[in-house]
Amino acid sequence: MKQHFDILVIGAGPAGIAAAVRAAESGARVGLLDDNPAPGGQIWRKGAALPAAARDWIAKLDASPVVRLHGWHVFAHPASGVLMAESTAATDREAAELHYDKLVLATGARERFLPFPGWTLPNVMGAGGLDAMVRGGLPISGKRVVVAGTGPLLLAVAAHLAHRGAKVVAICEQAPVGRLAAFSLRLLDQPGKVMQGINYRWASRNARFHTGCWPIAANGQGSLESVTLQRNDQQWDVACDYLACGYHLVPNLELPVLLGCRIQNGFVATDKWQQTSIPGVLCAGEPTGIGGVELAILEGQIAGLAAADRISVASGLVQKRSRFQGFVRALANAVELDPQLRTLPSAETIVCRCEDVPFHVLGGYSSQRDAKLHTRCGMGPCQGRICGAATQFLFGWGADSVRPPVLTASFSSLAAASCAAGHASNDILNQNRKDTHTL
Amino acid sequence: MSEDWDVVVAGAGIVGAACANECVSRGLRTAIVEAGEIGGGATAAGMGHIVVMDDSPAQLALTSYSQGLWRELASRLPASVEYESCGTLWVASDDEEMKEVHRKRALYATVGIASEVLDSRALSEAEPHLSPALAGALLVPSDGVLYPPCAAEFLVREAVRLGAKLYSQFKVISAGNGLVRLNDGTELRAPRIINALGSEASTLVPDLPIRKRKGHLVITDRYPGFVHHQLVELGYLKSAHSIATDSVAFNVQPRKTGQVLLGSSRQFGAEDSTVDYSMVAAMIDRARAFMPEIGTLSAIRIWTGFRAATPDKLPQIGPWQEDPTLFLAAGHEGLGITTSLGTAKVLVDYLMDGETGIPIDPYLPARFVRSEAHA
Ligand SMILES: Cc1cc2nc3c(=O)[nH]c(=O)nc-3n(C[C@H](O)[C@H](O)[C@H](O)COP(=O)(O)OP(=O)(O)OC[C@H]3O[C@@H](n4cnc5c(N)ncnc54)[C@H](O)[C@@H]3O)c2cc1C
Ligand SMILES: Cc1cc2nc3c(=O)[nH]c(=O)nc-3n(C[C@H](O)[C@H](O)[C@H](O)COP(=O)(O)OP(=O)(O)OC[C@H]3O[C@@H](n4cnc5c(N)ncnc54)[C@H](O)[C@@H]3O)c2cc1C
Repeated sequence: MKQHFDILVIGAGPAGIAAAVRAAESGARVGLLDDNPAPGGQIWRKGAALPAAARDWIAKLDASPVVRLHGWHVFAHPASGVLMAESTAATDREAAELHYDKLVLATGARERFLPFPGWTLPNVMGAGGLDAMVRGGLPISGKRVVVAGTGPLLLAVAAHLAHRGAKVVAICEQAPVGRLAAFSLRLLDQPGKVMQGINYRWASRNARFHTGCWPIAANGQGSLESVTLQRNDQQWDVACDYLACGYHLVPNLELPVLLGCRIQNGFVATDKWQQTSIPGVLCAGEPTGIGGVELAILEGQIAGLAAADRISVASGLVQKRSRFQGFVRALANAVELDPQLRTLPSAETIVCRCEDVPFHVLGGYSSQRDAKLHTRCGMGPCQGRICGAATQFLFGWGADSVRPPVLTASFSSLAAASCAAGHASNDILNQNRKDTHTL
Repeated sequence: MSEDWDVVVAGAGIVGAACANECVSRGLRTAIVEAGEIGGGATAAGMGHIVVMDDSPAQLALTSYSQGLWRELASRLPASVEYESCGTLWVASDDEEMKEVHRKRALYATVGIASEVLDSRALSEAEPHLSPALAGALLVPSDGVLYPPCAAEFLVREAVRLGAKLYSQFKVISAGNGLVRLNDGTELRAPRIINALGSEASTLVPDLPIRKRKGHLVITDRYPGFVHHQLVELGYLKSAHSIATDSVAFNVQPRKTGQVLLGSSRQFGAEDSTVDYSMVAAMIDRARAFMPEIGTLSAIRIWTGFRAATPDKLPQIGPWQEDPTLFLAAGHEGLGITTSLGTAKVLVDYLMDGETGIPIDPYLPARFVRSEAHA
């Protein structure tokens, strides 16, 4: 398959949906691509009552002429103005060649996991991860759940699980109460967020809420039976069926990095119009800074409008966006990880799950690349997407280089990327044959 | 700061690592300087095929000597080195190439490398995923595969255990006349300096005839049992080694992890490390011609590396004619993982005024000066 778009949007979460909808208003031919089967991204997942904003934007998307490519993942950028995608359908791994004039990257964020003894047991998962599984049909009613980690996601997940009948037995936030209070004060100029927080807390009111507290072990024979929690010098066990544990979010930077976008302080650097350092490539949502849904929608709209050259309309939104800047910073401060979390893993704790690399072999290496080359940490199919954020925190390493394919792709799809780059591999092969026979 | 050593090795790629290890084993007080990660240069990019090749008599001598040294070392290698004596299958497409199979078998026998001719059927049995239309192959059972960055790390750790000092994350700024200067001002004095900087060797020795030759590799997810031997097309020498043009050759390797590593391309004049999809596609198309089902495998990473190529495709081992304290161990092109052990033995034998296990003459850097003078 080969398609051309005036504006191509990658990622169909709130930022990507908003970007696509606003870009299409101008009459431009707009494409929206996402690896999930339906729009909504991480947060607007099916299976739960969606908030009004979500229903509204998805309805706008449905009513728009945006060409939607659900169930495709981008794996390569073979030439300027071209991305290669592969169908995620297990049966046919068709490759698509997508040409664009402007590109909006709205690739979102993923949860950060920190390794601790027992974190690889079944039923220990991410906070967002368990939430998504419940939305996908996992029965949770009557199950005992501990929600732990850091960030606003914890309360939202606890509220949703409680709503679905789970017994949320504890919520553990690693940040100390003082920092949370400062953050809450900062929110007072955002009444919506305060009300949301209060509602979440009310929904999960039966759970104990601990601050400055985290799980130091997940215990059980073959499957989870209890977690050991720690607060200051106290430790205690809590029996549970699930541990939902995520240490806030880290941006999905693989595609922006592959495209060569400049990264600043761990996020994609953008100007007033969400334009990255690469001309014609814009970025919106979590990759530019973790700031929640409302900011993502604003950034998405600005990016979509700017990509469609409707700067005057976008400038009204730029004003609104500036109000979130303080929030992004305050949130980052609130969820800053406690240095004590570096002592979570024991010598035998697996850090890289793809390659089964235990913590104790990683000491003494100078960088992620050094450790990867000598221990296989981050070498597997996920290419360090899971362990990378953990080792950056545990050892202070920088991120490793990004190489194609950004997500696994079949050899056939890779070969197709060459045609997209405007080359014929035949040229080289013919040359090759000539050599073979003349020598 | 200034320190005195018997020998300073610049570069801890597989070649520098092997040289340092050999020096300490012979009782020399040795320092190793590495600017980046151990084995993080070409050594981190190479396929790690330990292979006997016969492009020239000198290449056959060095590769067969080195392959034997790897087999001797095998039992001492830690699991992380992933050494496996899986053998090479030199695959022949037609009857003409089968003649080449027989020629190769006879030639390898002269240096004590046993091999076995497989007909089309035997080849299909050995490698069911190969196209049944192939004519046959030469099996060289003593060839192997290893994981180069950990092999380099093992050799450096051994050297350090025996008393060598590693200057990790230090860059050599200059080397010559018995003095090695590091980026922080440290001075290392030694009557013998070994330049093992791979494709960077000429940054410290101007006029060294070494050029970068870029290669691409693709690694897959795990498919245990998909291939069993390192598979190389017999046309490899002719197609992949032609100096003038970009080329690809069918070259597929089973990793101990169950992954499949696909090689390889060769390009001159491409100095940046970006992936060139036309090369990747050419590699894949070539591989599909030999192994149709390979198209369905999932790739997880593509990378590139630079071979240090010399005009006659042989490494530069021995004294640099303009400086009696400076010795070269560089320019190993696409065979440095294999030939690292042989290089180290030959060079250190030579340094110690001993007799070398194989004649050093074909690899002496002075050969280029001579040939230029005659030209
Ligand atoms: C036998 C063997 C097996 C291996 N198996 C695996 C495996 O299973 N999984 C795996 O992930 N890796 C595997 N590797 C590869 C290894 O992890 C590295 O990819 C390889 O050593 C290349 O180094 P690199 O990726 O760090 O840097 P490279 O990708 O080679 O980059 C080197 C330099 O180029 C720069 N660079 C990086 N990306 C780009 C770009 N897109 N454009 C321009 N410059 C760029 C980097 O900043 C760096 O300075 C294997 C290596 C070997 C030798
Ligand atoms: C695609 C590809 C496939 C290959 N496949 C095979 C194979 O299957 N079998 C095989 O035998 N060979 C293979 N090779 C060849 C092999 O990888 C190389 O010949 C070998 O790694 C060379 O090792 P080296 O130690 O000479 O160089 P390098 O590994 O490049 O080591 C040089 C070291 O010097 C350091 N350095 C550079 N400048 C300085 C400085 N100023 N100060 C301090 N340190 C410095 C670098 O950081 C580096 O670590 C392949 C190569 C490529 C590119």
